[in-house]
Amino acid sequence: MSILVNSESRVLIQGITGREGSFHAQRCIDYGTNVVAGVTPGKGGETFGGSVPVFDSVREAVEETGADLSLIFVPAPFAADAMLECADAGIGLMVCIAEGVPVRDTTTVVRHIEGSGTRLLGPNCPGLISPGERAKVGIMPGNIHLPGKVGVVSRSGTLTYEAVNQLTELGIGQSTCVGIGGDPVSGTGFVDVLEQFNADPETEAVVLIGEIGGTKEQEAAAYIAERVDKPVAALIVGQTAPPGRRMGHAGAVITGKAALASEKVRALAEAGCAIIPSPAEIGATVRGIVGSK
Amino acid sequence: MKLHEYQAKALLAPYGVPTPQGEVARSAQEAAAAAERLGGKAVVKAQVHAGGRGKAGGVKVAASAREAGEVAEALIGASLVTAQTGPQGAPVHSVLVEQTVDVARELYVSITTDGGRKRPVVIASAAGGVEIEQVAESDPSAIITEAIDPAIGFQPYQGRRVAAALGLTGGQSRAFASMLAACHRAYVEKDLTMVEINPLVVTEQGALLALDAKVSLDDDALFRHEAEAALRDESQEDALEVEASARGIAYVKLDGDVGCMVNGAGLAMATMDTVKAAGADPANFLDVGGGANEEKVSQAIQLMLADPSVLRVLVNVFGGILRCDVVARGVADAYAKADRQPPLVVRLLGTNVDDGKRILAESGLDLTLVDTLQEAAAAIKAAG
Repeated sequence: MSILVNSESRVLIQGITGREGSFHAQRCIDYGTNVVAGVTPGKGGETFGGSVPVFDSVREAVEETGADLSLIFVPAPFAADAMLECADAGIGLMVCIAEGVPVRDTTTVVRHIEGSGTRLLGPNCPGLISPGERAKVGIMPGNIHLPGKVGVVSRSGTLTYEAVNQLTELGIGQSTCVGIGGDPVSGTGFVDVLEQFNADPETEAVVLIGEIGGTKEQEAAAYIAERVDKPVAALIVGQTAPPGRRMGHAGAVITGKAALASEKVRALAEAGCAIIPSPAEIGATVRGIVGSK
Repeated sequence: MKLHEYQAKALLAPYGVPTPQGEVARSAQEAAAAAERLGGKAVVKAQVHAGGRGKAGGVKVAASAREAGEVAEALIGASLVTAQTGPQGAPVHSVLVEQTVDVARELYVSITTDGGRKRPVVIASAAGGVEIEQVAESDPSAIITEAIDPAIGFQPYQGRRVAAALGLTGGQSRAFASMLAACHRAYVEKDLTMVEINPLVVTEQGALLALDAKVSLDDDALFRHEAEAALRDESQEDALEVEASARGIAYVKLDGDVGCMVNGAGLAMATMDTVKAAGADPANFLDVGGGANEEKVSQAIQLMLADPSVLRVLVNVFGGILRCDVVARGVADAYAKADRQPPLVVRLLGTNVDDGKRILAESGLDLTLVDTLQEAAAAIKAAG
């Protein structure tokens, strides 16, 4: 009852010996994630947390442990190299947490993995979690999640926690929660995740959280209208943001008309989504659609 | 990061983008001397980061070197209010003095990265000299786009294709394709997020010339472009925003009176929307970031209180990496130091929330603690 990650996933953590990497690696392990290896160039042969072997390269880690998913904690200036190394080693899914990866670097990586067997989530994302599988591959607080049947996909980090918290408070559990990231160019998009949720027999409804800027929500709306037969609740934030200003997320800048919150809400409503009227009403809106289709 | 027009032209010219002859001047004397070298008659252009300079009186033709000096005298040191600056305007510290050009045609061309297509895209139009957004709205068919594959880069045939769509032939087609290739090289090598030439003119003599140029650099890539990073002109930005950015805080000044301090950009926008839904207006966007410590939280609050339009404050933190006890100490510290204490509404959730609430309760601060976004909205309304 999950997408992209489950209890069988063999997780590798790049940058496992760094400050952030080691902190979150331990939290993922504590949650129950199957962390099989770490990579830090120059630290090969060490062990993390008493049991996780550390390797010098991703290729070695894959050969020795069969790792198929990588959580990348490498700092932004070096993130592209880490992602390309991952792709070279044939990792199936890589999750890049770093904020501030140059747009040119992301564009290069995304183009390079086009048509390959490697999928990228992020950069500038919180990662993903499947509570029922006890698999957490990211920086989200694990304890707010509840196993269940609602899929969550969002461009944001802490706002995803807010959404999940509202669901859990109402006793509505989640199948998988995916943060696709706030950068203007990123790997996996709304449509990729919606496709997976739609195909996942255990996911009964989806919460989509978008924001101003870009056209990702319109692409999601078109896909929902055409392909998704499960109920979708959608929230767009940034209604009060002024045009032309970057709101923290590099992607959150209103440029063309399609980037306006009102345009995105209209497209999602026309696609049949239940529009969440304000961020305070995520839980209540989802309660209204669960089992409604 | 935006550059001034003269900086953008200096960045693009070495790549092979043809630009008018000209010099930057920081005083009336310098401007007059520059015009003299151009033969007397010259265009004097105020250097500010905002567009819409022409209509605002920031671009003037001077018939003589003396007149160029007079125009510069009036512009330098003044504030230029354009449609994009807001009522306070942008300070003018320099002018660009350029040769005058006899214009036959005005075209538009730019390169930016399209998040949907996940690659750089050339945008061009035969309707140059006006806002491209207006063209896109009134006549979308007048916009030409050409996506660039990052794996192989910009190709000459693409330059010819765009040139043909703009009605350029022969030598002009070749000149255009080579100029576009030059723009793309600069775009990649300098990590630009936008290069815009508007207008790109065809002169009466048949030459192509970038009459105006705008360039934005990727802030996240400045670490590998030291020379360009040094070109930043902080006088063109809001003082509080500059201070915030130096401390690693994402802050954008808005028009309302509710100061909002939040962790995470998405939650910050959601908080602003909640404030708005409660019938109030946010005074700012503020994302204190995930890795903040007590000092950074305190600085963020102090920064917000430095804005006199802030009359009530909403703190909304969902603790993950950022712990609620750290936030509580930071907030208490800032309010203890501040010379005014506007009504404060705090919502803490997540990591160490109980410690956070206890610290705030023991601080003796007069504040309203809330648990949900609904309660936060109601409390902000009551504080108005």
